[in-house]
Amino acid sequence: MEKFINTGNKDTRSGFGAGLAEIGNEDERVVGLCADLTGSLKMDQFAKEHPDRFFQCGIAEADMIDAAAGLSLSGKIPFAGSFANFVTSRVYDQIRQCVCYAGANVKIAASHAGITLGEDGATHQVMEDIGMMRMLPRMTVINPCDYNQTKAATIAAARYNGPVYLRFGRPSVPNFTPENQTFEIGKALRLTEGRDVSIFATGHLVWEALLAAEELEKQGISAEVIDIHTIKPLDTEAVLASAAKTGAVVTAEEHLIAGGLGELIAGVLIRTRPCPMEFVAVDDQFGQSGTPAGLMELYGLDKAHIVSAALKAIARK
Amino acid sequence: MTDTERLTQTASQVRRDIVRMVTQAGSGHPGGSLSSTDIATALFFKVMKHSPEHWDRSGKGNDMFFLSAGHMSPLFYSVLARSGYFPVKELATFRHLGSRLQGHPSTDHGLPGVYMPSGSLGQGLSVACGAALGKKLDKDDRKVYVLVGDGESEEGQIWEAAMFAAHHRIDNLVAMTDWNHQQIDGTVESVIGLGDLEVKWKAFGWECITAEGNDMQAVLEAFDRAHSLCGHGKPVMILFKTVMGKGVDFMEGTNKWHGKAPSAEQCEAALAQIKETLGDF
Repeated sequence: MEKFINTGNKDTRSGFGAGLAEIGNEDERVVGLCADLTGSLKMDQFAKEHPDRFFQCGIAEADMIDAAAGLSLSGKIPFAGSFANFVTSRVYDQIRQCVCYAGANVKIAASHAGITLGEDGATHQVMEDIGMMRMLPRMTVINPCDYNQTKAATIAAARYNGPVYLRFGRPSVPNFTPENQTFEIGKALRLTEGRDVSIFATGHLVWEALLAAEELEKQGISAEVIDIHTIKPLDTEAVLASAAKTGAVVTAEEHLIAGGLGELIAGVLIRTRPCPMEFVAVDDQFGQSGTPAGLMELYGLDKAHIVSAALKAIARK
Repeated sequence: MTDTERLTQTASQVRRDIVRMVTQAGSGHPGGSLSSTDIATALFFKVMKHSPEHWDRSGKGNDMFFLSAGHMSPLFYSVLARSGYFPVKELATFRHLGSRLQGHPSTDHGLPGVYMPSGSLGQGLSVACGAALGKKLDKDDRKVYVLVGDGESEEGQIWEAAMFAAHHRIDNLVAMTDWNHQQIDGTVESVIGLGDLEVKWKAFGWECITAEGNDMQAVLEAFDRAHSLCGHGKPVMILFKTVMGKGVDFMEGTNKWHGKAPSAEQCEAALAQIKETLGDF
């Protein structure tokens, strides 16, 4: 089985900050907007280097999203950033009308997504955002898995013309994908090749899926791990090809089951090639305060739960 | 003929368009469209520097207009068509299946002159702020205009944008409030009172002018004054005191015609009060 090396834990939000700084230096159309979380979003380097192209919006997310849409008209490429909860649920109508319906070239930068936001608790731990964003016509939804991929995804989002929801997180997590990779929006990445079960994972759960595949290998089970960094548009070809080969599917995500990657893939499979499927996701509940690792374990979002889900799916073949 | 006389004649035709469009569609929003008619007519036929024949969504080199209160679409479409953005006869398709003239302004159907969809209230001022900042970055010295409803000003986002514009010294922005004191459920004062709007806008760091909004001469003077205030570090708001449903006696000063189409008889009675000056569509 292919092996992946953790080159050192890093937070994905810093990957966003590095990507924004890099593309900001290359392309003067890039502008930044933030709602009083510049340091948390790691937008400070861009803000420092390009003060004329950075707009502090204060704690006024609705205004920020629509101002970003207004900036996009003259060809600017706005990145509007805040915590994932505050740039989705709080501003859904603004994104719907002035970003997606308007077809505005706005990039929503969503940090601290999911339960790994940790100690701040459920008010801040959005686990519905992928569902909300993927329901919007025209929205591209990207959820990269580590620092390197988040940096590359940020640059790719800037080069892509259209609304993008870019989701990343707060905790330091293994950084294992190649440095300076080319990020292709909508192209799933097969990380390990397997025969017995397909594990489609996104975001922080990709590393857990790789650990699960190692564990399964010890039990003589060959797992194919596929990194679904782009949830919309979904790489249905890659999903169907892998599911056809293995005949058993597990999805893994830091999100509710409702509206998440699992339901999306289930919808694809049921119409084309139904097969046993298990979801590693949070089932219809809110989070709570705790350490990221403690919460991942408590809510069943780790290697152990992926392994059991894989065994269950295989048993149902 | 003076500018004021010419614009007053144009406004009369625009009012006829509004009444006829809403009647033909069997739905729509005549009240606010009629109260804002003189403001929009002054803007599109005198105040703004714009090139309808070379329009694109970037707005580069042109003054830009945003209708935040998207339900005033009959007014918006009439002034767009009459100033050359698209054929006047297309006004007859308002709200029909397949029309570019959607119930609320859309950018999805290729209608020239519409920079941003509107309808869900409270958003246009923020959009206009972004567009105005874009012009500053591009060193484009044209201005951005945005029309907001008074009822719409109950939306918190209006005041977020008010702070943003003042903080970022967006002084190439002229906002206008259609202060007709009516909204769906009743008078603005009875629904959620706005208090002293002029004091509020000034307290938010804006230049604020109050003017009669249904008197063409006063409207033009207000824009002259607004232009003299632009470029000095502050955004400008003009509070236009208007009458809901202006020009049709039975629609004036009441919330009942916010979003209601006249019957054929009511349309006839309305049109009898509004002179046809440029030819009906």
